[in-house]
Amino acid sequence: MSVLLVLPIILPLLAAALAIVASHHRTLQRIVAVGALIAVAVDSAFLLAVVERDGVQSVQMGAWPAPLGITLVVDMFSALMLVISMVTVLSVLIYAIGQPGVDQDQPVFHPVYLVMTAGVALSFTTGDLFNLFVAYEITLAASYVLITLGGRREQIRSGMTYIIINLLASTLFVVGIAWVYAATGTVNMADLAVKIAQLPSGTQTALSMFLLVVFGIKAAIFPLFFWLPDSYPTARMPVTAVFAGLLTKVGVYSIIRTQTLLFPQNRPSTILLVCAGLTMAIGVLGAIAQNDMKRILSFHIVSQIGYMILGLGLFSVAGVAGTVFFIFHQIPVKTALFLATGLVEQSTGSTALSKVGGMIRRTPLVAGLFLLAALSLAGIPPFSGFVGKLGIIQAGFGAGEYAIVGVSLVVSLLTLFSMIKIWNGVFLGTPEDPTLRLASATSEERLSTPVLMRGATVALVGVTLAIALFAGTLFDLSERAAQGLLDPSAYIQQVLG
Amino acid sequence: MTPRRSVILDLCVQAEFHTLLLLSLYLLFAGHNQPGGGFAGGLVASCAFGLRFVAGGSSALSRSISVPAITFLGVGMLFAILTGCVSLLTGHEFLESAIFSADLMVLGTVKASSVLFFDIGVYLVVLGMSLLLLEQLGGADGTDPDEVQP
Amino acid sequence: MSFFSALIVAVLFSVGVYLLLQRTLSRIILGLALMAHSANLLLMVVGGRAGKAPIVGAFGPEDSVADPLPQALALTAIVISFGVIAFLLAVAYRSWVLTQDDEVEDDLEDARIAQLGEAEMRRWWSRPK
Repeated sequence: MSVLLVLPIILPLLAAALAIVASHHRTLQRIVAVGALIAVAVDSAFLLAVVERDGVQSVQMGAWPAPLGITLVVDMFSALMLVISMVTVLSVLIYAIGQPGVDQDQPVFHPVYLVMTAGVALSFTTGDLFNLFVAYEITLAASYVLITLGGRREQIRSGMTYIIINLLASTLFVVGIAWVYAATGTVNMADLAVKIAQLPSGTQTALSMFLLVVFGIKAAIFPLFFWLPDSYPTARMPVTAVFAGLLTKVGVYSIIRTQTLLFPQNRPSTILLVCAGLTMAIGVLGAIAQNDMKRILSFHIVSQIGYMILGLGLFSVAGVAGTVFFIFHQIPVKTALFLATGLVEQSTGSTALSKVGGMIRRTPLVAGLFLLAALSLAGIPPFSGFVGKLGIIQAGFGAGEYAIVGVSLVVSLLTLFSMIKIWNGVFLGTPEDPTLRLASATSEERLSTPVLMRGATVALVGVTLAIALFAGTLFDLSERAAQGLLDPSAYIQQVLG
Repeated sequence: MTPRRSVILDLCVQAEFHTLLLLSLYLLFAGHNQPGGGFAGGLVASCAFGLRFVAGGSSALSRSISVPAITFLGVGMLFAILTGCVSLLTGHEFLESAIFSADLMVLGTVKASSVLFFDIGVYLVVLGMSLLLLEQLGGADGTDPDEVQP
Repeated sequence: MSFFSALIVAVLFSVGVYLLLQRTLSRIILGLALMAHSANLLLMVVGGRAGKAPIVGAFGPEDSVADPLPQALALTAIVISFGVIAFLLAVAYRSWVLTQDDEVEDDLEDARIAQLGEAEMRRWWSRPK
């Protein structure tokens, strides 16, 4: 049973090592990568079933007993995050294999992608604060390589911004860990949950806010999100898709984990709610001002993060359950939107709203996929976005925080507005730029895109529809996860014995 | 225009190169109970190759090692992960370590830990990374600033 | 030991922040490296006083032993920062090869939106009353 917990970390790393050794045989690299990710996805599904039946699972690395050794802990929240992120990573890998030019002349794409997957898996399963730092660094180092892969001028410029900001955040994380260790003498999260409660409340607040800033830079909450719309849109599309879907959500996961386990509260937290409101509002206003699909969607990442922090900030079972379900729904939806944008870019060479047009006639499949994902993002019933937003808004009403719920409803309307703007600009209308690839062909001819790209996007949109279909079961699992988060005694007991 | 090679540096590097490599191996093996370990050993070995690079340029570096640098990285990673997996396959936890001791005739009781294989992996990874750095940033792949397409 | 070590950590961190706010890329990288070093030194400082080597069974209850955990944390952090700063240097080299200058460039989309905003302001203030 403990093998299930370590497999999501070992398998991608092993596959990455094999892919490095086989760096001149592209087919072998692809087989190894896809095989490893399929195995990891299946394993995380098994893990979810085990956690659902038996409760929190844990294993000590190297058989060193807690709280001295590094613990890997999976509770319901981690299991849900693992499943959806591994499925998303697999789809984006298949998409990247299908897109010409992404992995053909880059022998390091597959190893680095697998190392990033291992880092994400480790950050969801670790129960040790310094191991979380190591997991972050593994993910970030791989993401630095992915975001600058290709070496063109704009990639280097925005990659540089991304690397510098994240290196700053990592340094602050080390400082935060040093202070936590100085205050308590341990870095094991379950042990910290016990020891931090005995610190004076001023120290607790200082540590809590410092860790919030560190993870906030990663999760792109207000006022720390300005690096995201600058750096995400210029990477290759599969890279942007997986960053958009996963890496910010790892930051949100860390915020949730530390704020509920290490610094538990039972009243709504003003600072989190204010941050959430400003994140939502500024994100969506920034999206409205943009004219390029990728940039609009990047600002939307920021705006949706605000919803997740809103649910967390209420610190009630309903609020945190809404957040868990919202993250679960958001990962595939965001990724699917970016993959659909990539399909548009692949057929026309551009994503600017002013240049592209009439895609509904040229690529009706892509238009349909984008429509489904966009309606889900905007929160239209019966899609999964509606269930997620409804859960958070109901929790907000239940806690009596009417102002922030009002802000979130207005932001939802503006999200719908900017999705309609993309729809009008890209899919309806006529193309306005005569130099574009699509204008040179006959005007009604269907454009084709590689099969693997289309298949991966269809699969991911299918996942979001499945989430909508099974929303009842998934919301029950989210409630169980929220209960486990707000009352961490089962977690602590499983780790410390 | 190739810069002139310094005779003193060349002779010193000839004298020091193998000594540095031996020192790095010593640090690797002694790292379990004394200061040292895979990372320090790998860095000292990288210093040795760095000296070759400083003395002779990227051509001297590519002559001094026949395996491509990225293979070091891959093999090192494999060593490290397989060490952890071996403990999984024999029924223990991931990365659990064991100590072997043997009575050899001349040397007496020799003890080694399975962590040594993990350290060898770390050594190879650090060495491979430094070799890649020297190769890429040293201009060995011919990146001429005037010919690169932006 | 503690006061001077803390002072060194503070000085390193402030110098690192000052360098990070510069325009040229090489200074930014130096600043990041200094900040990483100060964070690692902070990890060692919070480990307490130096003492005997923490080998199991080699010391009695009154001996003061060095704390091994911050040493392990600092070593890991040093290795990580070694790798990342090496990569950052490679990216900076590539940027120099492409653009022949050392500066961090501005974001073009940002500048475009700022110009749009300024044009709007000018139109608002010069509208017919």
